[in-house]
Amino acid sequence: MRGLLKRLGVRGRNAVTAVPYLWLIVFFLIPFAIVLKISFSSTQIAMPPYEPLLHWTGEKLLQIKLNLGNFAFLVEDNLYWMAYLNSIKVAAISTIICLLIGYPIAYAIARSNPSTRNILMLLVVLPFWTSFLLRVYAWIGILKNNGLLNNFLISIGLIDQPIQMLQTDFAVYVGIVYSYLPFMILPLYANLEKMDLTLLEAAADLGCKPWQSFYKVTLPLSWPGIIAGCLLVFIPAVGEFVIPSLLGDPGMLMIGKVLWTEFFNNRDWPVASAVAIALLLFLVIPIMFFQRAQDAEAGGGVHRP
Amino acid sequence: MSTPPRPTQQKFEPWTDANAKPYVRIEKVTKKFGDFVAVDEVTLDIYKKEIFCLLGASGCGKTTLLRMLAGFERPTSGKIYIDGVDVTSNPPYERPVNMMFQSYAVFPHMTVEQNVAFGLKQEGVAKAEIAKRVGDMLELVRLGQFAKRKPHQLSGGQRQRVALARALVKKPKLLLLDEPLAALDKKLREHTQFELINIQETLGVTFIVVTHDQEEAMTLSTRIGLMNHGEIIQVGTPSEMYEYPASRFAAEFIGSVNMFEGRLIEDEPSYVRIESDDLDAPIYVDHGVSSAPGATVWAAIRPEKITITREQPADADNWTSATVQDIAYMGDVSIYLLRLRSGKVVRVTQPNVSRKTEDRVTWEERVFVQWDAASPVVVTK
Repeated sequence: MRGLLKRLGVRGRNAVTAVPYLWLIVFFLIPFAIVLKISFSSTQIAMPPYEPLLHWTGEKLLQIKLNLGNFAFLVEDNLYWMAYLNSIKVAAISTIICLLIGYPIAYAIARSNPSTRNILMLLVVLPFWTSFLLRVYAWIGILKNNGLLNNFLISIGLIDQPIQMLQTDFAVYVGIVYSYLPFMILPLYANLEKMDLTLLEAAADLGCKPWQSFYKVTLPLSWPGIIAGCLLVFIPAVGEFVIPSLLGDPGMLMIGKVLWTEFFNNRDWPVASAVAIALLLFLVIPIMFFQRAQDAEAGGGVHRP
Repeated sequence: MSTPPRPTQQKFEPWTDANAKPYVRIEKVTKKFGDFVAVDEVTLDIYKKEIFCLLGASGCGKTTLLRMLAGFERPTSGKIYIDGVDVTSNPPYERPVNMMFQSYAVFPHMTVEQNVAFGLKQEGVAKAEIAKRVGDMLELVRLGQFAKRKPHQLSGGQRQRVALARALVKKPKLLLLDEPLAALDKKLREHTQFELINIQETLGVTFIVVTHDQEEAMTLSTRIGLMNHGEIIQVGTPSEMYEYPASRFAAEFIGSVNMFEGRLIEDEPSYVRIESDDLDAPIYVDHGVSSAPGATVWAAIRPEKITITREQPADADNWTSATVQDIAYMGDVSIYLLRLRSGKVVRVTQPNVSRKTEDRVTWEERVFVQWDAASPVVVTK
């Protein structure tokens, strides 16, 4: 038995590494191949609602019918361009806001007393203990016309009329920044926390005022954390569907919403798949940057005493 | 314990000159962390071009004192003057002082060159001059060909030299070195010690070195300040510290020593006689001691100042009988551990002058030890 396994190349070590590979193949690569296949197909009113790619014609002839029309359609119709660009814009602005809020928070936690550090980190991840959907719904309660925020502003006399906040871009930004902020804080904290503080003393010793030390030492050393945090916010925010559809203007163009409409309302699986594939390609480029940043870090970019 | 001669030919002893102005003046400096007194009313004068070593065990306050000189800590009370200027409340970036950190604290995201140029850029020195000064400094610490490397591509000794170059390139009035050699292995440490002295003499910068290693302090320094529990115990040249310790602590901290507790039985201005329960004969010392007769005193005798003989000495003083308990052959010298009647163990080092080994005393042999009247140092505390 053992010999047989060995001949098949199954050793203990391989068996262990096979598990994640198997997982990725079954739940990532195969679904991706299916989506890719559908994206080259055409719609038909049937079950499933697309034409098969492979046809047996006659006896020994296999016909492959590739329909590139779906991708051409994406390029021709402005709707998709607008949706992609708007999604990227929303995701980019949200990422920048997350960075501007998250960096000082991560910095403060990393420099706080070691005993309070863990409690503060717990507070950062605490929202994850409630359902994401529930938290987004809670924002409806806060932002709607007779919601918490408007009622508060009216009660302190700052405004007489409720401000329309729900179903605006503002609400979408609030929702995305709120939901993804921990993903910005966590990698930044991990990076800032391990920084050698004597480097700041060295900078001060060499003539740097505190803000100069930050700009010349802390900031460059936290680059890997900034990149990791930005990608962790940006990538999911581009494809975000729940937040814009619950908090945003119904007319707001976001690629996640377009995908949903194509898939469920229009039942156009091939176009929906093409949208998904194109979105994936848009996201692969940032992931590659992310990988490169990680490699640079592993290559010794960060000081390990 | 050996102290190689310092390369300077001329005698350099500004502390003996009453007219010399101290370059660094530490005046009644105290630092408290909560209830803990890290540095306790320390007053020190350090002169230009000195290599002054703050020596002490960990936790004695030497690093805190150094950090106050650098500006990372503010004294709770007292004043610090550098070149006549009160810098007590100046932040680190406004002091004419640079520090070499124990961990080196080399910036990992910059090349060697950028690390060394960092302080000059901060000062706003012209580009061409930066390039020249950085180049010269890298040559001085022999890192010329590593200029474009990142710190993680360097060895510990090379990183240490980057840290040194980075601090020295700013031409500080005072360079502070926190355990500069602690992270290096023994061979490299010895080599680097002499290199440090040479660089210091080339540039004429005043060094203040913190170390827990007495050997390092002896080799590097013009003077040593021995610290314990936040206080300065004694200040002196390496040979003063070794030959004239002022207390038991100083005698025992620097080098090894045999300490005999005894009572003063004769106390004259020109000599004293001490009786110790450990010894067969009294100790006769050829200098006076300021202490009451009958008081408990300690006679400290260095291991190399004791000789071993087989015959009982004819003198009335300064000898005792002993049994050889252990011998450690070190090549140049042998260390003998001799057991006295009282059970006390005496350490004696003898140079191995002859190559013959048959004639030497051996394990469990009954012998006598004796010493000169000039050898013991009597301390009263």
